Parts: sequence; structure tokens; C-alpha cells
Amino acid sequence: MPEPVRRIVGKAAPLEMDDVDTDQIIPAQFLKVLSRKGLGKYLFYRWRFDEDGRPKQGFILDQEEYRDAVILVAGRNFGIGSSRENAVWALMDFGIKCVIASSFGDIFYGNSVKNGLLCIKLDEESVKRLRGMAAKGELTLDIDVESETIKLPGGETMSFRLEPNVKKRLLEGLDEIEETLRGYEAKIREYEAKMRPFKIPSKAVMPIE
Amino acid sequence: MAKSVLEKIWEDHTLAKRGDEYLLYVDRHLTHEVTSPIAFEGLRARGRRVRRPDLTFALMDHNVPTSDRTLPVRDENSREQMRTLAKNAREFSITVFDYFSPWQGIVHVVGPELGLTVPGITIVCGDSHTSTHGALGALAFGIGTSEGEHVFATQTVWMRRPKQMEVRMEGRFKSHTSAKDAILYVIRELGTGGMIGHAAEFRGEAVKNMSVEERMTICNMAIEGGARTAIVEPDDKVYSYLEGAPYAPSGEDWTEARKYWETLKTDDGARFDKSYKLDVSRLEPQITWGTNPAMCIGVSETVPEPRQFGDSSQRRIVERALEYMGLSPGQRIEGTPIDVVFIGSCTNARLSDLVMVARLVKGRRVAQGVRAMIVPGSMLVKRRAERMGLHRVFIEAGFEWRNSGCSMCIAMNEDRLGPGERGVLTSNRNFENRAGPGSRVHLASPLTAAASALEGKIADPRRYSLAGLDELGLEWVSPWIERNILKPLGGG
Repeated sequence: MPEPVRRIVGKAAPLEMDDVDTDQIIPAQFLKVLSRKGLGKYLFYRWRFDEDGRPKQGFILDQEEYRDAVILVAGRNFGIGSSRENAVWALMDFGIKCVIASSFGDIFYGNSVKNGLLCIKLDEESVKRLRGMAAKGELTLDIDVESETIKLPGGETMSFRLEPNVKKRLLEGLDEIEETLRGYEAKIREYEAKMRPFKIPSKAVMPIE
Repeated sequence: MAKSVLEKIWEDHTLAKRGDEYLLYVDRHLTHEVTSPIAFEGLRARGRRVRRPDLTFALMDHNVPTSDRTLPVRDENSREQMRTLAKNAREFSITVFDYFSPWQGIVHVVGPELGLTVPGITIVCGDSHTSTHGALGALAFGIGTSEGEHVFATQTVWMRRPKQMEVRMEGRFKSHTSAKDAILYVIRELGTGGMIGHAAEFRGEAVKNMSVEERMTICNMAIEGGARTAIVEPDDKVYSYLEGAPYAPSGEDWTEARKYWETLKTDDGARFDKSYKLDVSRLEPQITWGTNPAMCIGVSETVPEPRQFGDSSQRRIVERALEYMGLSPGQRIEGTPIDVVFIGSCTNARLSDLVMVARLVKGRRVAQGVRAMIVPGSMLVKRRAERMGLHRVFIEAGFEWRNSGCSMCIAMNEDRLGPGERGVLTSNRNFENRAGPGSRVHLASPLTAAASALEGKIADPRRYSLAGLDELGLEWVSPWIERNILKPLGGG
């Protein structure tokens, strides 16, 4: 069950790239895990480590001034591709609490909401501007979920939009299963009672060869 | 009011609405060894059960070896994930098609093949390519692990209603081009984010003329254009594909189902938020040159030159992709030497794909130094191909004839490209390092991959004649093999 997300204050790191797919966020070899903890060390693995697992120099999140960044400012289509929720777990375990981009892969976005990773969609110009500011040096943002605003240094604010359900989920950090069962059990039963037989798989018998 | 097939199924499964989210009942939950363990762990931690084990099916595909099944699984982590799935399936009373099952295979091949996927139902799976099942007129969504846990416990999923996009394919395919070329072209035109937030409905003459398996290819890759899912309205081809399949309705249920399925048509005048039209008769075989599926050209074209791009960030993206792929700006793609050919994956490893490959490679030889492998989409596809005698064609031509799994498409087993190795793959993603660290992947149709295997370099399949089935001495084994597959080999 995710922790509530109300306010995020911290340093932003620029990731100047479009189409960052979830294979880049965490390669498939690190999906062979049975726990969601400790995936941060595999984040952007191929960009941060060579084939023998030795650290490469220069990836933005490994640079001294961005090491403690909690906000990632990306480009277009962040998180496209595979449905692996490990991408969200890796970002969060690494310490990233918010990703700002002009668009997100649909499944990645949904997975983020479930885990309390704040994904903010802004228009391309604003994303570019924030990325530029972050690239120039220290950029600390103060993000408030309730009022849907980002405070920039110097007092300027930008506003963003969250869908009401997304916002509620982030603010409250609910156990969604509990909530569904409590609120909708009767509806589920009603559907099941009138479920037509052809929607249920036949009882198949495996051939004996 | 005129409705689309998606709207009809959506409404039929809506239990409640909360703001912009809908609570949908899930008729079928398919699950595999990689994205499920943490969901099962979540159930266990809170003492929850799987609400409907009879609607839930598990199988092993992502990290299974495709080599000899009598040998132990060498990779300890793969073995552990497979063992964990078997244990979870037992604990939660779920049917599992394990490593040794004759029905094992890639989830998006097995679902339709066994009749777990039927028109008009909702299907979810912890895998982005779940959109594949839309080819049979089902409403299918790839979901994450948390959502999977929610479905296990409640048999429902909260879903924002996607916008609808009509992708109309008209005209007739020229020889040697196919569904794969069409969907690669659509993604090339619309970009990787072109369908974000949308469900794609594939329509038009060319889609009607496609086999159900070709429709699976286009629905499968819609996700690479960012689509939330994809669908094709069901028709007689779908019904005959399913008739007799072990989990499909039978007897009176079949008759009743057929009646219902007939209503699942997109009405004239149904509204789409976006529309895209393609004349497939203009297509030549397509192949990707870069590091996402939209970086794609015709096989006779040249790769882009960064200086063509005015926008500096676009230019950098192209430069980076060319460098990663080891290609020079403006070079011809055809003739680029390759190391590996992989025919497989949930995009193109069904029986009809293998038949196309056999028609091209019959009596020909894979080039020296090229590793060419065929990984059937399921063990049933393998059995059916062997009954037709396709395996002999492949083996004589120099292909490896392997067992089923996701294999090189995701490289979680031993099947992978080495650093800097170049391959033509019939799969769906050419992302950096996807098929192994430093791998260079070109996505293409089974025919283009087959022709490339013969030449040892990226090749235009149109230079090769295709043998007819009769010339091959093959007998078409029709869908569901008229239940013959249930009889022992040689006895039918």
C-alpha cells in the first residue's frame, strides 16, 4: 500500500531524451526477482554500467550535483513499452519521487499512480524550460499535489492537472483492493450471478499422449 | 446511438463509474512467471484468495529455455521464478501450463489457440502485448503487477476509458508483404506515442481479408504505437478459428455465444476521436533501422541522415540510434551483414507465420555463419508444424528448430544476441540492449527475416519465389487441427 503523497520538495535532474522505454528504465534481466525492494541499483542500468557491471561515467543521476535529485525532468513518451512495474519500483527505490514529462506510456502512468510515484504532464515548452533550468545547475522545485502547483525558485509557479481519482489516490495512499471490495462487492456479485455460461472457459481435458 | 465494438464490450462489463475511472469485470486473467510473484505475495500477506480461479490461467513463457526440455533449467533465477509460479498456482488453485505442458507457449499465442480468448470478453494479463487478444474481438489490456493483484482479489480492474482511434487499412497486399509490414508502417507514420491514450480499432478491407493470426500481429504491435489496446470486430474467421478449441464454448453454449458475438459489430456512424488510413497495396516490406519500432523504412530505402532534421533534439536522437546500431547516415539498409535471424515471439510465431517462412526457404540454405533459429509460439504450434512436415523444411535449410517461449524477443533465457551482434527478428521491440547488452535488432516480417537468413545480410524477400503448399508436399492442418492433435502422432 503506497504512502500518501502530498508535497515533494527537492532537486530536479534533467534527462534529455524522448521515448525512454521501460527496458531502459530497468532491463529484463532484473525482472527475475521475487521482491520489489532494492531495484534502485538497476535503474537505467545499461546507461550507468558496462557489460561487466562496472560503473560508467557521466550518467546524469550519477553526477555529483544530481545524486540527491528526487525529480526527473524527461521528454516525450516517458515509460513506453513493457508493462513491467519494476520500472516504477526501481525509480522509487533509487529515490525518485516525481517524473515530469510531456507524455507518458499509459501502463507506466497507471503503475506509477498505484505506487505513489507522481507523474506530472506539462506542455512540451514548459518541460523543455524546466529541463534547461535543471541542466544549468541546482534547481529545487516545490510541488504541491493538493493545489496542483510547482513552485520554482524565485517565486514563479506552474500549474499542472491531475485527474481527480489520481489525485485522491496520491493524497490518501489507499489500499485499493480493500476499497473495491468494500464499495463494490454487491455489484461484482450481481455481474457474476448473471454471467452467461459462454463467458466461462469450458472445462478442458488435457490430452494424454 | 451508434456504438463501436469496444464500447459495446466496455458497457457490458462496467460495474461502476468513479470520476473518469470505470470498474470493469474481468472475464479472463492470464498470468505468467515474471510479473505475477509479487502480486501473489501481496495476496498472501493480507490473507486474500484468488476470487475466480476458474477464470485465471497461468503459464511459463518469458524466461523458459527453448532448448531440450529434459535438461535442467540452468539459470537459477529463472528456475526459481518458474518454481514459484507452479507453487502459487497450486496454492491458489489455478490451472498452470508449466514448462513441460504440451500446451505451454507464449501467453498471447496460447490464449487464442486454446479458446481461452473469445470475442466479447474482457482479458487482462501482466504483459503489454495483451492487446494481441483484441484480434478475436475481445477487450484486452496489459496491466501492471499491482493491478494484477487487484484482479486476483476482486476479478475487476479500474480503467480509464481510452479514446478511440480508427486505423483503416484498405487495398490488397502485394505479394511478399503482410500484416507485419502494415503495422510497422503505421507505427513509422504515427510514432511511438501516436496512439497514447487511445484504443485502436483496425478496420477496412485489408483487415477483413486478413487471417485471424495476421490480425493478431497488428493488434500485438499497436502497443508499440502507444495504444492502450487494439481490437478488430469478430467475424466468421474468428468463429472457425475457435470452434473445437478446448476452452471455447461448446454445444448449446457455442450456439448462444455465436448469437451474442454476431452483435459485436461497430455500428455505422460510430464515433472515433482520431482516424488514420492506410492503403496497404502501396507497401513494400518494412524493416526497422533504429532503436524504437517507429524508426523504420522500406527495405529498398536508405537510413536517415541526421542533417535532414532541422530540430536539434531530433537530430541527436537519430545520431544516437545510428551510432548504437552501427549504421552510417544515408546508407542502404539492404545488404547490411547480419549474424542472427530469429523467427519467433507473440508477434510472428504462429503456424501461418511458419508456413510463410517454409514457402520461402524450401530447398534453399541459410548463409554460412548465420545463426538462424525458429522458436514456435507454442508447443501446439510446434506439434502442428511437425504434423505438416514444416520442421523438415527448416532443418534441411539450416534453421534451428526449438521449443516455445519468448526467447530472444526479451532475452531472459539463453537466447540472445552478443554485444554488437546484428539480428533480423520477427518480434516487436528493437530497444537498446533488449535482445542482450549491445544487441542490434532489426524488426521485420517472417518473409524478410527468412530472406535475410538465406543471404546473411538484410534482404528483400521479393527476390524469392514462394513455394505453394502443394509443392511443399504439405497438407494444411486447419485451425484446431480438427481435434486430431488430441490423437497420438502418426495415428491420425
